[in-house]
Amino acid sequence: MQNRVETQREDGGMASESIARLEQVTKTYRMGPVLVEALSCVNLDFKAGEYVSIMGPSGCGKSTLLNLLGCLDRPTSGAYFLGTEDVSHLSDDDLSEIRGSRLGFIFQSYNLVQQLTVVENIEVPLYYQGVRADLSRQRASELAARVGLGDRLDHKPFELSGGQQQRVGIARALANDPLVILADEPTGNLDSRSGAEILHLFDELHGQGKTLIMVTHDDDVARRSQRVIRLRDGRVESDVYN
Amino acid sequence: MFTTKPHAKHALRKAFAPVRLWRTVRLGVRSLWLHRLRSLLTLLGMVFGVCSVIAMLAVGEGVSHEAQEQIRRLGSSNIILRSLKPDEDKRPSTQRSYVIEYGLSYADLKAIREILPNVRLVVPARIIRSYVFNATRRIDGEVFGTVPWYPEMRNVRMVAGRFFGDEEMETKKNVCIVSTVAAETLFPIDSPLGRNVRVGSDYYKVIGVIEPESSRVNSGANADASSGRSEGSTLSRVYIPLVAAKERFGEVLVKRRSGSFEAERVELHEATVQVAQQDQVEETAAIIADVMNDRHKKKDYEIVVPLELLRAAERTKQMFNLVLGAIAAISLIVGGIGIMNIMLASVTERTREIGIRRALGAKRRDIIIQFLIETVILSGAGGVIGVAIGIAIPYFITLFAHVMTIVTFWAPMVAFSISGLVGIVFGIYPAMRAADMDPVEALRHE
Ligand SMILES: Nc1ncnc2c1ncn2[C@@H]1O[C@H](COP(=O)(O)OP(=O)(O)OP(=O)(O)O)[C@@H](O)[C@H]1O
Ligand SMILES: [Mg+2]
Repeated sequence: MQNRVETQREDGGMASESIARLEQVTKTYRMGPVLVEALSCVNLDFKAGEYVSIMGPSGCGKSTLLNLLGCLDRPTSGAYFLGTEDVSHLSDDDLSEIRGSRLGFIFQSYNLVQQLTVVENIEVPLYYQGVRADLSRQRASELAARVGLGDRLDHKPFELSGGQQQRVGIARALANDPLVILADEPTGNLDSRSGAEILHLFDELHGQGKTLIMVTHDDDVARRSQRVIRLRDGRVESDVYN
Repeated sequence: MFTTKPHAKHALRKAFAPVRLWRTVRLGVRSLWLHRLRSLLTLLGMVFGVCSVIAMLAVGEGVSHEAQEQIRRLGSSNIILRSLKPDEDKRPSTQRSYVIEYGLSYADLKAIREILPNVRLVVPARIIRSYVFNATRRIDGEVFGTVPWYPEMRNVRMVAGRFFGDEEMETKKNVCIVSTVAAETLFPIDSPLGRNVRVGSDYYKVIGVIEPESSRVNSGANADASSGRSEGSTLSRVYIPLVAAKERFGEVLVKRRSGSFEAERVELHEATVQVAQQDQVEETAAIIADVMNDRHKKKDYEIVVPLELLRAAERTKQMFNLVLGAIAAISLIVGGIGIMNIMLASVTERTREIGIRRALGAKRRDIIIQFLIETVILSGAGGVIGVAIGIAIPYFITLFAHVMTIVTFWAPMVAFSISGLVGIVFGIYPAMRAADMDPVEALRHE
C-alpha cells in the first residue's frame, strides 16, 4: 500500500494506482415500508494522491457515499475495495481497525471531544492504535504545530474559533498518517476566511501526496480539486477532471 | 521524492495493554470529574450501602462476641447443674417459720457418676479458713469440703493412706486428709495417719496424706517442683467430706422476716460435668436430664449446657447476618441502579463522543471498557468512601455508646469487592448500549 502512494508521486500527480474502488455499490435505507435508495449502482475509482470533490444537491447521497468510503457503513450490495482488499463484508472490529489505521475523517461540525484538549483530541486515533503515550504526545504536538496551533496545545475546543477547531480536526485526521482523508463539508460551518485557510491546508496536503476526498456544496471550493464528482438521486451524474 | 512519511503504525511503537488501561482509567476519572456533583450524588448510594453494612456487621459482631465469650467462659464441653429455688407460691402459706430443702444433693452426683463413669464431675469445694490444731500445734489452714473423687478430679496423688469414700461421705464421718505441708507442720515427728486434728470444736481422724495440688495444677505434670512451699498457707489444707463440711460449717441460710423466719437448706449449689469430647456433650446432657428428672419431683435444679447456648447464639448470629446480608444486598442493588441510571444518561449524552471515537478506530470493546471503567470507578470510589466511614462509625459507637464493636478483616474487604462487582454488573448494560450504537447514527446525533 505504502509503495503505491510513493510510486504514484513519482508519476508527477498522474493517478494510476487505484486506492479505493466502488463496484456496483448500492445503499438502501428502510423507512418503515418504504425503501430509500441513497446510492444506486455507483462505480467509482479513486487513485492514490487524488484530490476529489463530491458535489450534488442536498439528499443526493454524498454523505452516504463518504460514510461507505470511510468504512463507517457497509454497502447494501456491491463491493468496496480499499487497496486490493474487499472490505464490504468485514466485521465491525475489522472495520474499526481499518478506520483507525488507514482512514482520516474531517467533519463539518469538527466533532472534537469536548472534554479533551487540542493535543489530546489529536491523540485519539493514536490511542486506539495503541501508540505509546510519549510518542503519541510528540506526534500530536508536531501535527498541531503543522496546522498552526502549536501555541494552543492545552486549550479545550470551546476556547477555539471554528477555523481553529477545524484545524484540530485536520491534525487529528493526519495523526495515523492515513491512506485516504475523507472530509464531509469541511468548510460548511466556516466563514470564507477560515474556509480559505482550511482549503490552503488541503492544498498543502495534496501537494504532499495525500489522497483527499471532500464533499462540498461550493463550486469555488470544488474548483481547487483535481476531480469533481456530481451525484444526483444516488447516481453519479458526472465525473470530471479539472 | 518520497514525500509521504513511513506509515505511522510502523514508526510509532505500541504501548503495553496495562499502560493503555491506566490511560483509560485516567480518562474515566476526568469524565466523571467533569460532572463532579452528579458523580458525587451517584456515589452516595454506594457509600451508604457499604458503610451501613460494615457498621451493622461490626455492632452485630461485637454483641455476639460478648455473648459467646460469656458462654464460652462456662466451658463448651461442660454441663452445669444448678440448684434452683422452687416457686414460692407452691409452699404452704400457713406455715410461719420453715426450712426449705431443695436442690442438688450429693446423692444426685453419685447417681450420675454411676451411670456415666467416664465424665468428670467437678464440684466447687467449700473452703473455710480456720485454725487447725494438733494439741498445741497450730496452722492457719483451709478446711476443704469436697467429694470422694476429688483426687482424680484434680489429678492429685495420695502420699500416704487413702482419700475418704462414699460411705464416709454419706455418714458424714469426721475423717480428714491433710496435705503434706499441713502434715509436716502438725505432725513433725510421727505419721499423722490415725491421729486426730481439731478444727473448731470438732475432731477429725486423719486417714490420708495428699500431695499439695497447686504444684500440679499450676505447673502441669511437674509434680516434684519443690513441693510448692512458696505457695504458703494455701497448701496447708485439710480435706473433709463435703456433706460433713456443710453440716459443721452451717449450710443453712436463714432469712428473717417480720415475726417469721425462712431457712434454706441446699446441699450443693452447683456442680460441673466435664465431658471429654465436645460432640458427646448433648448426649450426656440428655442422660443427666433423665437421671435428674427421675430423682427430683420438683424442678428445683437447672441444667445449663453452654454448648447449646453457644449453638443458639451462633444460630442467632447467622440469622442476624442473613437479615443483614439481605439489607446489604438491597442497598447495594439500589446503589447499583442509581449508578446504572446515571451511566445510561451519560451514554446518551455522549453519543456524539462515542461516534467520534468509533470513527477514529475505537472497537466496540474499547467503548465497553471505557464506560465500564467509569462505572467501576464510581462504585469503587463509593466503596472506598463507604469502607472509611463504615470503619469510623463503629469506632464512635464504642467511644460514645460503650457498646463493643468488632470490625472484622473481611467485612470491609467483602463490602468493597461487592461494590466493585456491582459496578461491573450495573455498568455492563450502559456500556453495551454505548458500544452497540451505529457509528454513523452516533455522529449525526445532536
Ligand atoms: N439512516 C438513514 N435512514 C434513512 N434514510 C437515510 C439515512 N441516511 C440517509 N438517508 C437518506 O439517504 C439519502 C441521502 O442522504 P445523505 O445524507 O447521503 O445526503 P447528502 O447528500 O449528504 O445531503 P446533504 O447535502 O444535505 O448533507 C437521503 O434521502 C436521506 O434521507
Ligand atoms: Mg451530507
